[in-house]
Amino acid sequence: MRALPVGDGALLVEVASGDEAQALHAELVRRRAAGLLTVREIVPAARTVLLDGVHDPGRLASELAASEIPSTPPRHEDVLDVPIRYDGPDLADVAAHWGVAEQEVARIHAGTEFRVAFCGFAPGFGYLTGLPARYDVPRRATPRTRVPAGSVGLAGPYTGVYPRSSPGGWQLIGTTDAVLWDHARVPAALLSPGTRVRFVRVGRS
Amino acid sequence: MTDRALAVVRAGVLTTVQDRGRPGHAHLGVPRSGALDGPAAALVNRLVGNRPEAAVLETTLNGCTLRPRSTVTVAVAGAPCPVTVDGRPAAWGAPVRVPAGSLLDIGAAVHGVRSYVGLSGGVAVEPVLGSRSTDLLSGLGPPPLTDDAVLPLGPPGELHARVDVAPQPAPPAELVLRVSLGPRDDWFTPEALRAFTARTFRVSSASNRIGLRTEGPALERALTGELASEGMVLGAVQVPPDGRPVVFLADHPTTGGYPVIAVVRTADLPAVAQAVPGTPIRFVAVRRR
Repeated sequence: MRALPVGDGALLVEVASGDEAQALHAELVRRRAAGLLTVREIVPAARTVLLDGVHDPGRLASELAASEIPSTPPRHEDVLDVPIRYDGPDLADVAAHWGVAEQEVARIHAGTEFRVAFCGFAPGFGYLTGLPARYDVPRRATPRTRVPAGSVGLAGPYTGVYPRSSPGGWQLIGTTDAVLWDHARVPAALLSPGTRVRFVRVGRS
Repeated sequence: MTDRALAVVRAGVLTTVQDRGRPGHAHLGVPRSGALDGPAAALVNRLVGNRPEAAVLETTLNGCTLRPRSTVTVAVAGAPCPVTVDGRPAAWGAPVRVPAGSLLDIGAAVHGVRSYVGLSGGVAVEPVLGSRSTDLLSGLGPPPLTDDAVLPLGPPGELHARVDVAPQPAPPAELVLRVSLGPRDDWFTPEALRAFTARTFRVSSASNRIGLRTEGPALERALTGELASEGMVLGAVQVPPDGRPVVFLADHPTTGGYPVIAVVRTADLPAVAQAVPGTPIRFVAVRRR
């Protein structure tokens, strides 16, 4: 673990793996809820957790270095089911990358339990991990200018769902009717860091 | 009962509703947003007797024209500009009573970029995640003003203006931005690090509420790999593959995959909001406090 100061009021904590980042994030959220940590933002990402709005980043860095951080994230009890139709335009390309038949993509993807590693790109857009590394896929060489809301895509090790229509370069494998973001709902985001997710097939695909 | 609302006669190139933003939701991919020149927004609220969290209007370069449907107290600050009520000159940087139905014109900025229009009662559009700010990156909050739009105003508060006029910093002829190096300064060559603090950059016309883009020397990386996406702070100086530093402002993305060479002190960011394209920029490395 390495804690890098960011400006005068933030700390970027870097760890060795995505799992460790998720574990660190969960632990920091726990400490904040217990009143042990005062911070404005706790922002997990691929290999880091950013702590922003920290009074004394230097002291916090020493405290973190001296304390016990679990190396695996805790498992939430609840698993969120996200309905999906495997009808994306990039199914054939993904099947080719994976070296499997097209219908196998749906079987493998729906048979995997995911976890929201972090959010970014747009409100409610989660980066979900869970697929084994052999199923990593590159982004599309040419991003689409418009990806419809509810599109489920793959990029690198991640699965993501577009909360709203936007340009995007992920390989699209399916569609969901789930509402990923609704600012009038509490909570507004369906997916937040740590959420366990299963994709459940609906209708024909 | 008067109609507490404001008709937009001329929206200007980009006028948005802004308050102190919606910090605390970065982990969901929600930018902080909020007024770029926070002290100017706070000042106009004080001048009209609003609470500091009231929403104001932020104009860009050419102002806007408004017709309040009820009598309001208005104050304009930030970028200096002519202010008129029904064609008659009115004060800038001081409270002005605008009678119901009269035409309030906020003219083009004489210096600087963004003028702030405080209105007694504040702009009362529906808040999203606790803020009425327009976020141009994520699309949260009200859309930018359009001609003929009507904005609701809140009830005038109990507070009384404690100031008549207030001194304000002039828009900068040169931006001197104090930075703390890192967290990814080790991604750059020694020459790039020297150029970053020794050379002069200029404000690019592609700058916006998301970031201050620069023209000037391209900063070369020592590491060529891809940086995994990581959390970003306000004032982060991110260097994209073209090597031209971008200073992240209020609507910045919450995570990013380009290395951050340094972070600008928060106190130096309001001046960034007022720097016109072409303004020289110097980054000065300072020791962390």
